[in-house]
Amino acid sequence: MLTATDLHKSFGSLEVLRGVSLRVNQGDVAVILGPSGSGKTTLLRCLNFLETADSGQLTFDGEQFDLAHTPRRDIARLRKKTAFVFQNYNLFRNKTALQNVTEGLIVARKMPKAQAVELGERALAKVGLLDRKDHYPHQLSGGQQQRAAIARAMAANPEIILFDEPTSALDPELTGEVLSVMRQLAEDGMTMLVVTHEMGFARNVSNQVVFMENGVVVEAGPTQEIFLHPRQERTRAFLQTSVHPKERP
Amino acid sequence: MFVQQFLEFLFGERLWGILADSFWKILLPGLTVTIPLTVIAFSLAMVIAVAAALVQFARVPVASQLCRFYIWVARGTPLLVQLFVVFFGLPRVGIRIDPFPAAIIVFSLNEGAYCAEIVRAALESVPSGQLEAGACAGMSYLQTMRRIVLPQAMRTAFPSLSNSLIAMVKDTSLASNITVAEMFMAARTIVAATWEPLALYIEVGLIYLLFSTVLTWFQRLGERRLSVYGNQEG
Repeated sequence: MLTATDLHKSFGSLEVLRGVSLRVNQGDVAVILGPSGSGKTTLLRCLNFLETADSGQLTFDGEQFDLAHTPRRDIARLRKKTAFVFQNYNLFRNKTALQNVTEGLIVARKMPKAQAVELGERALAKVGLLDRKDHYPHQLSGGQQQRAAIARAMAANPEIILFDEPTSALDPELTGEVLSVMRQLAEDGMTMLVVTHEMGFARNVSNQVVFMENGVVVEAGPTQEIFLHPRQERTRAFLQTSVHPKERP
Repeated sequence: MFVQQFLEFLFGERLWGILADSFWKILLPGLTVTIPLTVIAFSLAMVIAVAAALVQFARVPVASQLCRFYIWVARGTPLLVQLFVVFFGLPRVGIRIDPFPAAIIVFSLNEGAYCAEIVRAALESVPSGQLEAGACAGMSYLQTMRRIVLPQAMRTAFPSLSNSLIAMVKDTSLASNITVAEMFMAARTIVAATWEPLALYIEVGLIYLLFSTVLTWFQRLGERRLSVYGNQEG
């Protein structure tokens, strides 16, 4: 459903992505793993045009896009079929939780307000925040804000949700509530592409793993295969250092 | 000697008679000229300020350079000089503007330049993630600016803008120099007739103080209403 081919991106003289290709099928929960600075976040942002790639192709939903030169009109159309969950939530600070969910539906998708509110309340109920629907972002905890952001993402009924380290800004005791919402979403069949450091989530929820380092994909494949039989030495080393410390009692 | 003079001044019948007589003569032009001048000029200044700030924030080519130039000139020259150029200078090239409209033009352009900088700084204080979130929700740049970024910026700018408004009420006294019949002009006229400058200038000062105080109340009221969604990150 989503295929990126030979993506390149530099910031000044720093080459962050050096020819990355990746494929996500309908219903996949794909995670992108890798050490800090490997280009995971930049990759995700390029796929949604938050960064403009220097070169690369994107096939999404049967349509072809040149990632370096896509007209604004096409970007807007593509964004209506995708959703993005940010590391620092980025809830609209002047809107309540419910308005955060309905804003895009009413303004961008021209949905009647009553219908948007109904959809919004259903989405908030799904992430367990219906009783907080009239609260402003600063009145919510980090975990609640991120759950509201996920409700905002799923209410638009996107074909894929991109998650950029959704739990990295949260205290450890709050990551659990966000991860369980994401797991629920995966079980409902949502297609998800997730940049994360949560190895437990990667191992237990995802079905595809992409391992990146230094701006290239080192290894990609089904989760079981990557975790149990990594072919590349770098993958094995990363998984060992990342998995074991957290699994110790 | 000095004490006696002061007591005579303070308790003479003449003083209180003049003050009572002049109070309405000063307040009336305050209500019919100073306040309309302030309200109209400040409203126009807000339109100019938001437009100039948005153009610069979005880095619109040419237009944003023009805005910088306008702000540079309007902030870099004295208000009094600007009033004189427009009212006494422009007739030289055939542009004759009545005192009140001339004051409106100068005050709105001058105030617009200061407020444009306040609004631009406030726009830039809104985290870029807000724009990104709007884009990812499928909203256009203009939709996100109007519904998400600008309301947050105006909330941030509100105290500074109120401050500018209060400063402007007092600055309108300069319009007396181009024959606008506002409060200070009225006070000056009465001083010329009665020769009681101390009492009358203090009186007109107190009326300006009254106007500023009312505006300060409005500011506090406004800030309380705007604080609903707080001002924290997230």
